[in-house]
Amino acid sequence: MKIIVCMKQVPDTNEVRINPETGTLMREGVPSIMNPDDKAALEAALRIKDASGARVIGLSMGPRQAEAVLREALAMGADECYLLTDRAFGGADTWATSSTLAAAIKQIGCDLVLTGRQAIDGDTAQVGPGIAEHLSIPNLSYAEDIRVDGKDVVVRQQYDESIHTVRAGMPALVTVLSELNEPRYMTPGGIFDAYRENNLRVWGRDDLEIEDENIGLKGSPTRVAKSFPKSVKAPGMTINAGADESVQFIVDKLKEKYIL
Amino acid sequence: MTYKGVFTFAEQTDGVLTNVSYELIGKARDLARDLNENVTAVLLGEKISHLAPDLLAAGADRVLYLDDPELKLYRTEPYTQAMAYVIEEYQPEILLIGATALGRDLGPRVAARVHTGLTADCTALEIDPDNKELRMTRPAFGGNLMATILCSDHRPQMATVRPGVMVRKVADPERAGEIIELKLQLEKNNCYVTVEEIAKKIGQHVDITEADVLVAGGRGVGGEEGFALLQELADALGGEVAASRAVVDAGWQVKERQVGQTGKTVRPALYFAVGISGAIQHLAGMEEADYIVAINKNPDAAIFTVADVGIVGDLFEILPKLIKTLKAEKHD
Amino acid sequence: MDFTLTKEQKMARQLFRDFAVREVEPLAREIDESHRFPSETVEKMHKYGFMGIPFSKDYGGQGCDTLTYVLAVEELSRVCATTGVIVSAHTSLAAGAIDSKGTAEQKEEYLRPLNTDKLGAFALTEPDAGTDAGSQRTTAVLDGDEYVLNGSKIFITNAGYADIYVVFAMTDRSQGTRGISAFIVEKGRPGFDFGLAEKKMGIHGSSTRELIFTDCRIPRENLLGLEGKGFGLAMGTLDGGRIGIAAQAVGIAQGALDKTIAYVKERKQFGRAISKFQNTQFQIANMATEIESARYLTYLAAEKKDSGERYSYEAAMAKLKASRTANYVSSLAVQLHGGYGYIQDYDVERMMRDAKITEIYEGTSEVMQMVISGSLLG
Repeated sequence: MKIIVCMKQVPDTNEVRINPETGTLMREGVPSIMNPDDKAALEAALRIKDASGARVIGLSMGPRQAEAVLREALAMGADECYLLTDRAFGGADTWATSSTLAAAIKQIGCDLVLTGRQAIDGDTAQVGPGIAEHLSIPNLSYAEDIRVDGKDVVVRQQYDESIHTVRAGMPALVTVLSELNEPRYMTPGGIFDAYRENNLRVWGRDDLEIEDENIGLKGSPTRVAKSFPKSVKAPGMTINAGADESVQFIVDKLKEKYIL
Repeated sequence: MTYKGVFTFAEQTDGVLTNVSYELIGKARDLARDLNENVTAVLLGEKISHLAPDLLAAGADRVLYLDDPELKLYRTEPYTQAMAYVIEEYQPEILLIGATALGRDLGPRVAARVHTGLTADCTALEIDPDNKELRMTRPAFGGNLMATILCSDHRPQMATVRPGVMVRKVADPERAGEIIELKLQLEKNNCYVTVEEIAKKIGQHVDITEADVLVAGGRGVGGEEGFALLQELADALGGEVAASRAVVDAGWQVKERQVGQTGKTVRPALYFAVGISGAIQHLAGMEEADYIVAINKNPDAAIFTVADVGIVGDLFEILPKLIKTLKAEKHD
Repeated sequence: MDFTLTKEQKMARQLFRDFAVREVEPLAREIDESHRFPSETVEKMHKYGFMGIPFSKDYGGQGCDTLTYVLAVEELSRVCATTGVIVSAHTSLAAGAIDSKGTAEQKEEYLRPLNTDKLGAFALTEPDAGTDAGSQRTTAVLDGDEYVLNGSKIFITNAGYADIYVVFAMTDRSQGTRGISAFIVEKGRPGFDFGLAEKKMGIHGSSTRELIFTDCRIPRENLLGLEGKGFGLAMGTLDGGRIGIAAQAVGIAQGALDKTIAYVKERKQFGRAISKFQNTQFQIANMATEIESARYLTYLAAEKKDSGERYSYEAAMAKLKASRTANYVSSLAVQLHGGYGYIQDYDVERMMRDAKITEIYEGTSEVMQMVISGSLLG
């Protein structure tokens, strides 16, 4: 059984801060991590491998430094990894990203694609379903449980008010929530092996069978017109008034901030 | 081949329309007015045509519906086929989908099928007065940054919108409009899945670090009974009750709800500090909250140095009025 | 001379840091308050190979270098000195001794489980044999196919929880230190008991107990190394242990500094954060400088050990410097926290109590000075 796990290297958005003076995002010094939902997907794949044997293949599209998350995947127990990196892939939106990843998956071949529900920087949750569409396979989102049953995969999907248990024939794609499991740690020996053994392949644009019109900035139907930080916190206001006035003040402020 | 019309996806489960379905129509009306076009709601399911009039009343000019047993329960593929068909036949300028779990599953698959752009979790939508494009604004980077996205060369311009962000218009049952039944043969292909079981979610263990809204009480609340008020406020805001260390030590609340140096560190979108003095040990656990509202009798309380809104007053007078006001707002 | 960590070592440090923050730190205060041995942490560490970092994969170890092991002890100690010493005593001393002088059979029988799921301990110290380690009173008499052990050991780390013990005893009184031999003793052997747990100033979660041998019989094959060569084995093993303790001390100091920096930025007096006052700034600078120098001495000792050359001198310097640094930094950390530093809500109070033992065990600072001066003055 071959399982491909798509993973993204992301800045740890919990550590990102707004510069109080300029109001801009301070990205320097923010550590890069494996996207948490993707790590859960990798752990799910490794558990299937532990239980019934499988070849677990890590796949990532990103700049050269994204290699670090693939090494981490190897150190956790993945068998081999592919890094798709090329200037031509840069600036991709979710259409271009999912097209690129789908092209690689088609070439590598697999029974099951696992990936996280969404990345903590983009927060769109679109790439997974996009990949499934390009590959013409079913996608099962928000898995809180995954089970391989013969030629099928059975998934418990977490919707807003209910949980659906759904069965699909493989090949299929499943997107995973980080609550699905507690990912294992790497082992120290695994880290050294990940760098020592030759299980990481780097692919550029020419290694993929894909049209230019589907990759990178040029292949993206959406683009960012502008980005700006959320309004900088103005110094707080303390009032000492009657109860009614105070309540109105609170409600007005909450509405102003879109909290209500 | 011009694209026209603002379309919305009307989400229903077991024959009940979700609130966001109405909110989308409310927003669609605004966009349609700026484009001088009409609003169409798309309704999918089995035996759901009786819901169409509600959508017209909410502001749709037209409802397109497909009634098919294969659509009884939500599954990505049949729903995607239906939406793709609508897009191909009717060529909407804009398509809005609610960013519910279902919507965030359906949206990307539809967008990929028709090769267009989708912008997720939009908090603002506007028509550019110059070129009439849809400007879609959304949070990124874990909410630290806002981005405005355009989909200039592909149609429809698709967006998912979180529930509770847009405003539904007041229903007008007299509103006239078209209700059209779609005729489409859905194709059972390899992307069809089998739903084996559906279970309703049961209540979960409290984890204050996951809550978007926290209403925290300190010694000023006076006792366990006082917390009933805080619970009411938390309920009204869709949040959880939290506590300072003094409260937990006094036995008025459980340790799981403790915020601070020896409790949990929280970063909710909204933090109410009620009757909390703001000792440094407490601040350490909550000063990263996005928006802090503090209520305390003592004007010199340290909590006011970190609060965005500080109210000097009696929490027992203020909270009941605040709760009443919030409940009234919800019903509008 | 490259002073940077390799990519593997950097990734390993991050791994240890993540584990420490997520699994160890949340328990640190509780195990200190209730004097509880963190068995669940030890189990997790075994699962991820943290208990066998520098040993060969041939015996279930992780096959990494000593520096990677040092990084583990440092990061663990940064949040919990107890957890750091559990790993250090187990790895450097117990497993280290068996790795050093064990036969292939002994390594298979004992080193493998130590690497994968069993805890080890090292028993040299006796009521009358502390710094004067050669004055062993515990005896081991050969009787047919067995050695019979009699005597007691005190202040043994991991006692009671460990399954495998490296125990030193006199096989020939007349030979002085050349009459000492090393043995591997398993828990559960009839005649092998434990005394009560000691109540210590710090590292409360670490189990420190007496071992009592009363006609305890062990197979002859459990002799570790040659008869009469035990003292040399002990001294050699302790050299490695000193690197582990130096790493623990660096970790304690770093943890105390981390907490202090966070505190002084937040604490306001006289209308501003106390980090704006020059005294605070200068103290922080001093603390950081001491830690950095202790750290690099420790890393140097680790590299020297792996080079195959003698490293007693470097190991002694590292432990001497690092343990002094841990005490200096943690005490100053409490001071910079003011009254709050004395309150148990704040971790620096625990760190100061934990730091003291690093100047004493596995060779007191006095012994370190003996080793260093001995090397220079002959």
